[in-house]
Amino acid sequence: MSLTLVGLAVLMGLVTYPSRAVPLLTPGLERLPRWGRDYLRLVGPAILAALAAVNVAVVTDAAGRPTFQVGVGWLAVVVAVALVAWRRNLLLGLVCGVLVTALLRAAGLAA
Amino acid sequence: MAAFGIVYGLAARQAGFSAVEALAMSVIVLAGASQFAAVGLVAGGASWPAIVLLTFFLNARHILYSASLAPWFQGRSRSERLASAYCLADETFALSLAHFRRLGRFDRRGYWMAGGFVVVPWIASTGVGFTAGQLIPDPTRLGIDVVFPAAMAGLAVGLISGRREVVAALAGVLLGIGVGLVLGPTVGIVAGGLGGPLVGLAAPGASDDGRPSDGGGERDAEAEAATVPALGLP
Repeated sequence: MSLTLVGLAVLMGLVTYPSRAVPLLTPGLERLPRWGRDYLRLVGPAILAALAAVNVAVVTDAAGRPTFQVGVGWLAVVVAVALVAWRRNLLLGLVCGVLVTALLRAAGLAA
Repeated sequence: MAAFGIVYGLAARQAGFSAVEALAMSVIVLAGASQFAAVGLVAGGASWPAIVLLTFFLNARHILYSASLAPWFQGRSRSERLASAYCLADETFALSLAHFRRLGRFDRRGYWMAGGFVVVPWIASTGVGFTAGQLIPDPTRLGIDVVFPAAMAGLAVGLISGRREVVAALAGVLLGIGVGLVLGPTVGIVAGGLGGPLVGLAAPGASDDGRPSDGGGERDAEAEAATVPALGLP
């Protein structure tokens, strides 16, 4: 059983825990500048959106070159985004995105 | 919470994590969005430094939670604060802040109950999801491979509460794909994730009315933290 990624988990924990602990230990740290608080608030949506977009749109070919792709993953993302925006229900968006993908593949309409 | 833990366990298994690796991430990191992100990045061959950098920024929102709870922890010991920080996630923040406000004081048992509602189901459901993955012979046929991008996109929408978030997310998408096609997917994700917010900051916010900010303070931090919607993840 591989344990390699436990090291990655530890590193991720090392950069996550201070953001939870330091303000609790350091009174006054809540006085972040306005732009700092705004930036922190915007980082989440931007990183997550970039992760989704790059995952479905950019693939690396056999020669190691990144190339643009359009596939069923796009549709799954669109379905998930639309449902989460409409119903504010992440699980519903996720399940429907997966279901649409499975159905299209079962019908032979997607790879 | 449990449903997402199951999905995370499934996705981690699909990405090649061992059971110990998937569970270690849930125990040590305890931050759903960054764990989902790490699963996708590991599967895509991203470097560890890139994953750790994105984790730092993705989880930096905890600073807002921690800062807004800090006044309630006044007088508590350093060791108690250090221990309490472990389970400070979206739901812990929302539940405990509401509880403290209702009581008008800090309540240790209430805080740890809120933390328990996050930690126990998340870790247990990770194990359930990973185990359930063994029973699925062909995950791709069932569409399990699109769980990651769909979850990331859905989480991004869940975090949007105004015009600036929309602009930051769209800029993240465009920068991510554009830079990713030139310099590779990992660089694209980092560029989109860190450059998107800069574009978002340049956009007019819904609350911009020309008045100067009062410069911060705990009420500001609490108000900012309260604008982060709960996602159903730790």
